[in-house]
Parts: sequence; C-alpha cells; structure tokens
Amino acid sequence: MPETPTTLATTPAGADAQDREFTVEQRSQFQLVLRRFLQHRLAMVSLVVLVLVVLLAYVGGWLWKYEAGQITPDNSQPPSFDHPFGTDAVGKDQFAQVLRGTRISLQISVMVALLSTFVGTLWGAVAGYFGGVVDSAMMRFSDLVLTLPLIAVAAMLAHLFGGSWYLIAMVIAGLTWAYVSRVARSVVLSLREKEFVEAARALGATDTRIILRHLVPNSLGSIIVNATLLVATAILTETALSYLGFGVQNPDTSLGLLVSEAQTALTTRPWLFYFPGLFIILIALTINFIGDGLRDALDPQQRKVRQ
Amino acid sequence: MLAFAVRRIAISIPVLLVAAFVVFALGTFAGNPLDPLLAKNPPAPPNVIAAETVRLHLDQPLIPRFFSWLGGLLLHGDFGPSVVSTQDIGAELGSRLLVTLRLIALAMVIALVLAVLVGVITAVKQYSITDYSATFLGFLFIAMPSFWLAILLKQAGIDFNVTVGDQVLYTIGASSVPPPPDTWDRIVDILGHMVLPTISLALISYASWSRFQRASMLEVLNSDYIRLARSKGLPRRTVLVRHGLRTALIPLTTVTALDLAAIIGGAVVTERVFQWKGMGDFLLTSIQTDDVYATSSWLLLSAVFVILFNLAADLLYAVLDPRIRYA
Repeated sequence: MPETPTTLATTPAGADAQDREFTVEQRSQFQLVLRRFLQHRLAMVSLVVLVLVVLLAYVGGWLWKYEAGQITPDNSQPPSFDHPFGTDAVGKDQFAQVLRGTRISLQISVMVALLSTFVGTLWGAVAGYFGGVVDSAMMRFSDLVLTLPLIAVAAMLAHLFGGSWYLIAMVIAGLTWAYVSRVARSVVLSLREKEFVEAARALGATDTRIILRHLVPNSLGSIIVNATLLVATAILTETALSYLGFGVQNPDTSLGLLVSEAQTALTTRPWLFYFPGLFIILIALTINFIGDGLRDALDPQQRKVRQ
Repeated sequence: MLAFAVRRIAISIPVLLVAAFVVFALGTFAGNPLDPLLAKNPPAPPNVIAAETVRLHLDQPLIPRFFSWLGGLLLHGDFGPSVVSTQDIGAELGSRLLVTLRLIALAMVIALVLAVLVGVITAVKQYSITDYSATFLGFLFIAMPSFWLAILLKQAGIDFNVTVGDQVLYTIGASSVPPPPDTWDRIVDILGHMVLPTISLALISYASWSRFQRASMLEVLNSDYIRLARSKGLPRRTVLVRHGLRTALIPLTTVTALDLAAIIGGAVVTERVFQWKGMGDFLLTSIQTDDVYATSSWLLLSAVFVILFNLAADLLYAVLDPRIRYA
C-alpha cells in the first residue's frame, strides 16, 4: 500500500494523548483499508470461495485419483461418487479435466491482469503526467484499441500466434491494457497537481522518479481494483476465444474449451457442459465481488473510518 | 452548440483515417493469404502463385497497398480482392450487415429498456429484497460466458418445441431456407428466428448497464434539488420521472456508446451458437482462410460504427446536458 499521509486516524504530531478527551488509536492507511475489506461480508465470502477453488485446482488436482486426460474404463458415466462430475465419451474423468481447465484458465487470466496492468499503468501515467500533445497522442491510441471488438481482434491475433496458454494471455493483454491506461491516466491527472509532486520536483526529482515513486504508488488503489476485475474479463474472453476455436488447443485444455467440446453432447451428457460452465461463473462472480469489496475499502470517501 | 458539433465531427475524421490504417495493418499482419496456396500438394505452379501475388497486391509494400485499398474503397466502394476470387467482399458484407444489425439493434433496445427499469427500481427500493435479488442476478449475468447462456437458451428452445410438438422457436439460422413466399410470412419468420439470439445478447448486455443506471439514479435521488422538489409537494411520480430519471439517464448514453464494441463481439459469439450467416460468421471464416482484405474490411466497418455511434452519443450528451450546451 502507498504510504500516504493520513490525517483521519493518526494523532497529530506532538499532541499528548493525555490531554484529549478520548484516546485515538493510530492506524495506518493499510490497516483502515484492511478493516473495511474484512467487514465487507460478500467480498470476504467470495475471497474464501475463490481461495478454495484455487486450492482445489492446484492441490486437489494433484491429490485426485485420476489424472486429467487419463482414460478410465467408465465412459459416459453420469456424476457418481467415483466420478463427481461424470465422464466423457472416451472415459476421461470430468472432475480432473475441470481442475486442469481451471488451472490453465486461472493462469491465463492472472497473467493477463498482471501484464495489462503493468503496461496500462505506465502508459496512462506517462500520458497523464506529461499532458499536452503526448497525452493526446497516447490516449487517442488507447481509444483506438478500445474501438475494436476485443473478441474479433483477439481471434485474429490468436490465429496468427497459435494456441499455447501464454500466447493467448499475451494476445488478450495486448488489448486490455487500454482499459487500464484510461483508469491510470484519470488518477494521475488529479494527482499531478498535488503538493507532494511539486515538492518532489522542487527537490530535483526526475520525471521518471516522480512517475515511478510518487504517482504510480499513489494510484495503486484504483489500479488494484481494476486488475481484479480484469481477471474476470480475461477469464470470460479466454473462454469465448476457446469456444470460437481460436483459444487454447488440444491436448491442452481450459474451461472454455471443455464447454465448447461438450456443447454437442448437451442432451446426452449434460454434466460435461454444466460443470466447467459453473466453474467459470463461480470464478468470475467471486472475483467481481472481491473487486467490489476492494473498491469500497479503498474509497477514501468511505465514511466508515473507525468501527 | 454548433461549434461543439463541428469541432467534434472534425476530430472524428482523422480518427477514422488512423483507425483504417491500424485495422489494415492488423489484417495484413495477421495472416498470409498465400498460405493455403503454398501448402497445396502437389505444389501450385510458380506462375499461379505469382499471379495471386499480383492480384492480391502482395507485391506492394504496406503503405502504398493501404492507400490503394483506401482509395478504391472511398472512390469505387471496392473493399479489395478476396482470396476467393469470385467473392465480392463489399456485397457479402452488405447482405450480412443487415442480418447482424437487426440482432444488435433489437438486443440493445431491449437491454437498455431493461437496464433503465431495473436500475430505477433498485435505486428507489435500495436495500430491499427486490434490490438484492436484482443485484445478484445482474452480477450473475456479468459473470456468465455469453455462449454458455446462449447454448442453454438454445437447448431450452429445442425442449420447448418438443413439448409443444411444433416449431415455435427457431434455433438455427437467421431465417428459413427457402424463405416463405409471402412478405408478411417472411417478416414473421425472421422475427421468429430472432427471439432466442436477441434474448441471450440482451441479457448479457443489460446487466452492467443496470448497475450503472442504479448508481447514477442513486446519486441523483440523494441530491438537494430532488429534496427540494419533494418538499415543494410535487407528486412522487413526477419527481422520480421528470426530475430524477431525466438527469440520471444522461451518463448512460456515454456508457452505451463505449460498450458497442463489446456488443459487436458478443454478437459474433451469439451468431456462432445459433449458426447465423451474419457478420460474425464472415469474420471467423475470413480469419481462418487468411482472407486479409476481408478481415480488414470487417474491422474497419465495425470501427466506423463504433466511432460514429460515439460521435452521436457525444452530440446527444451535449443536447441533454445543459452544462455542455451552454458552455
């Protein structure tokens, strides 16, 4: 968390706690945000569910008796104790498949969030800080990227680069950074005029130092919220791409690929279709709730300062 | 107001030109149209390859190729040569555009009406059961992959037809082949095919708008002038609709315009599920066959729509918001 000077909960320097009518416990900005987030019930429940899903995907997939892609003698079995999510036509255990798909989908979406946040933040911060012609040129370019339908361009690029998970992630990140750059720019625009930036400049700080050490850390709040929500966007984009046939390719798998392979079997083996879909919804839903909770917690206008 | 409109329109022209170049470069970069020919077994004779290279202008560098494409497009309405030598990209795009446009337009209208209704009701009844259930539903639709919902609806349509014992809901294609002879029957047929795809596209789009409309309505309802209107003794309905909603609708115009690109993307997926021969199918086929002029033309067309729509939204915003009108 950025160490912004806060006047909300710290005791004024030099004030003697004895002289006051009531003592105020000093809390850092980070503690305030954490407390507000912990009190956000929906976000906390979502966080617990998401952590469970991640643990299930990584640890559970490792412990589970069947491996993903392993062909078992039971084919086209409905969900049972032995195969909680059933099996497909050649006998692959769908539970193991979903866990592997979850791992790949999560890897893609987290990588998208990290990459596009990194690029978008720098892009937006530089544009917002310098202003003028630099700002106009850089932001017009971001606008242009936002003008094109994400799925369409991602499909074109994915067709060119092929279907490994990290390439898909880079293709999606190559388009979603523009959203981040808009957010970062708007925050930096308001921060640019603050006294601490002026002070840094008066002390002889270079532009690079001001952007990296002062502006970016102070805009981290909104950027973290945005990165969280981007994970949800990325997971939905990846699944749509895989459905259209431009995403992850066999023998790799992802949640989107599992759904698209199962769509022809919707009447005969519906469990193949429902379970990966439910996992996508579960992940996207919990991430959105967490992002919402983070936004409320990081909002400096929150009135629930101490409770 | 006029000066604002002229300035805003003037800015759009260079934006459109740069968009055309970026889109062309993207399309050219994303595939080599000679690949299918080169991969042929037995290999295609060199003179065929050379002829294709000239026909597709591949012998020219990127910049001159772009200008001859743009020139042909602006002067003769020619979208460039397709890899399928008999296919006219412009004619193909034109017929498919009508199919996709009616899906997008109707879905957007339904989504907007739904979003405004849900947004206003949840804002007026904040923290009620209605608010919580609508909020949960909204988040659910935001988190749902569009094709998953569309496939479910398609299956529901098939099941419904089986139960009724008649083809009531159509689940494949944008219209019957061959089309019914009578004009009236043809319209009914097209509408029947639109029901399920439109619902699925509208449901995916309305959710985030309704959240936005709720926030904007809440902000307006908590403002001083609404309190004044209420304390003057104006009827609740008048305050909500004439004073509240009129102001709270303004920000939605911008958001709708910004989301158009996402809806076009959603339509590509929805069309795939319901096997429409629309713009989405054209794009996916063009990408797969490395038809670079076709993909560039598709992207350009969608970019033009998005830019014009944003322009219209900006102008509308200026008309609706007195602070901009008189500035």
